[in-house]
Amino acid sequence: MDAMIATRAMETEAGVGLPNKKLGMWVFLCSEVMFFTGLIGGYIVLRFGSAMWPVPSTILNVPLTAFNTFLLICSSVTMVLALSAAQSRDMRRCRRYLVATCLIGASFLSVQIFEYHHLLFIEHFTPSKSLFGSVFFTTTGFHGFHVLCGVVCMTFVTVRAFRGKYDHDHEGIENVGLYWHFVDLVWIILFTVIYLI
Amino acid sequence: MDMMDSAERAAHPKPAFYWKIWAWLLALTVLEVTASLKLTLPKGEMIVLLVGMAIIKALLVALYFMHLRFERVSLGITISVTLVLALVLVFAIMMQWLFHSPSTVMPPR
Repeated sequence: MDAMIATRAMETEAGVGLPNKKLGMWVFLCSEVMFFTGLIGGYIVLRFGSAMWPVPSTILNVPLTAFNTFLLICSSVTMVLALSAAQSRDMRRCRRYLVATCLIGASFLSVQIFEYHHLLFIEHFTPSKSLFGSVFFTTTGFHGFHVLCGVVCMTFVTVRAFRGKYDHDHEGIENVGLYWHFVDLVWIILFTVIYLI
Repeated sequence: MDMMDSAERAAHPKPAFYWKIWAWLLALTVLEVTASLKLTLPKGEMIVLLVGMAIIKALLVALYFMHLRFERVSLGITISVTLVLALVLVFAIMMQWLFHSPSTVMPPR
């Protein structure tokens, strides 16, 4: 136990005074900020530099996507509550919230797949249809891929939680939570920029 | 280890606080969607209103769900460098828009 505390203290002293894994996650998220800034910046330039641009709400299903936004916000709160429960050593509640986060994340993806299917095969709104089509599918597609990665990681963490791996150290839950909240944060911006404006 | 955990628990809010943040996020989302679909404002004012609400929501997530509010200042400084670089990137991309006419952009098919 003493060796564990010493190792943890050494890890915490490095860099900006955070555990290495957590600092690594933050650095990764900073690189992700630049990635999504490039995509959103590109969207803004193409949209406002274009002579013709459709009103998004005439093509996209805003109420359905608003519901999806609601799902992602709910998953963020269940994630933070899972961490809070782990910090209070209430692992039963923590596991319950982790399962809820996985399910809500998967629901978000299901709604997005439904939306894509409707747009591509019923509305015939494809990436090659227009400039709006290309940037819409590129930006939301990359975000959806991030959500998929988040759900996979979250499932892994949930399985580990059921095996008792986080009973004494909840760093893994905190790190996957940071990623998950970031994905939520990006969606908040994307939803406004792409669907509402 | 126990001391560290109890300090961590003291620094972080209770579950009820997270539900309050959730309620704010939900309310702002409803306001955003309603404003976008029902309000008839000039384009510029609408963009300021919607982006303003989105920034407040993003800040709520970053500060309270990602616990930036309770983290060390050094982490805040590290992240703010990224935000400055992100703004520079947006500004650099905007140059393309400012110095090129709309006709240079591919029209929809």
